[in-house]
Amino acid sequence: MGTTSEALIVCEHCDTVHQRLALSRGEVARCARCGKVLQRHYRLSTNAMLALIVTALIVFVQANMWPIVMLGLSGQHSSSTLWGVIIAMWREDAGIVSVLVAATLFFLPLLKMLQLGWLLWFARQGRRAPGFVPMMVGLHYLNPWTMSEVFVLGALVAIVKAHTYFDVTPEPGIYAYAVLTVLITVFAGIDLRQLWRTPEVAA
Amino acid sequence: MNALPRAAELGLIGCHVCGLVCRDAHAAAGAAEVVACPRCGVALHRRKPASYSRTWALLIAAFIMYIPANVVPIMRTASLNDIDDNTIISGVVELWKNGSPNLAIIVFTASIVVPMLKFLALGTLLVSSRRGSNWARQQRAGLYRLVELVGYWSMLDVFVVSLLTALVRFSVLSRVEPLPGVIYFGLTVVLTMLASMSFDPRLIWDGKDTDD
Repeated sequence: MGTTSEALIVCEHCDTVHQRLALSRGEVARCARCGKVLQRHYRLSTNAMLALIVTALIVFVQANMWPIVMLGLSGQHSSSTLWGVIIAMWREDAGIVSVLVAATLFFLPLLKMLQLGWLLWFARQGRRAPGFVPMMVGLHYLNPWTMSEVFVLGALVAIVKAHTYFDVTPEPGIYAYAVLTVLITVFAGIDLRQLWRTPEVAA
Repeated sequence: MNALPRAAELGLIGCHVCGLVCRDAHAAAGAAEVVACPRCGVALHRRKPASYSRTWALLIAAFIMYIPANVVPIMRTASLNDIDDNTIISGVVELWKNGSPNLAIIVFTASIVVPMLKFLALGTLLVSSRRGSNWARQQRAGLYRLVELVGYWSMLDVFVVSLLTALVRFSVLSRVEPLPGVIYFGLTVVLTMLASMSFDPRLIWDGKDTDD
């Protein structure tokens, strides 16, 4: 062994050293000391992951373009898109919340999907994309800050709360968000660290 | 189960970003400078730097924000002849009474139980790890994983208020406005997330090794 080893895994949560295993379909390797998941078997090929990301991007655009719900009160109607929400919070002097919503529901998820798409596009060809290292490091840090799935539940709560006083009509945006949540859930199980094993070709 | 070698004992470091297992050149050379991961370039650390003090600082800051987040109303519902300010808990009660009790339980969990769980869990982990306690290590490791998993769902109420603010704007008939409580609550969630990220769960296993 040189200064680094691909044959070993160190558990992030307890520092225990394990041998990397070749897993078969559906298998999950857990740390023998603390129980943290160390490895998962990947059902999806790079192509499938790329397809998933492209789908997610299309759905994301729709989820952001279309209004989410419409409220009606004695003949008047009011609906809003995600950006409508961000702008409304900004105007109501809740700038911090506005920035939080914009970051966790728009900019960071978008950045994540674009970067993943870019990385996977090149990974398909067995290559590292330009900007591979900074993007992989960036993805590691922005990963916990994307919250689209929480927003879907939030929309559901808002609908039920509004239902007592208004006529509520779901708009296409909410369905797009629901689909996006499913895609995110499928994607959440994938450990992107496998991409690090793409060979480094002299740039 | 007691022959599980740990990276620090073997002079190895697992990169916290890319997972590459590296020889701890730092220890070998006895050098003081930080060594970068050869694969991703991030500085390698045996443990997250200053984990105890950072986590405590962020957790206390989060708790300070959590008090106004609960006391100050988060949302105002104004209609022709009525102004109704809701705090987090009164919002849950209202949802329970005239909406859906199931959803009220979900909101209660996300807004009250999860933040409290984070304060208690991280506090317990900080104190017990500092003492090097070997009490219920498996369970404490599981507790940390739980905190990491559920942490961001607390943003639920922030999104609910934001969405209602954007939707309920019927001039004088009916309006919803955010109140400062929601800002404090948003900050609480962000700070607790940062706190749980800066805690190093390896500290749970670092104390006296009286293996069973």
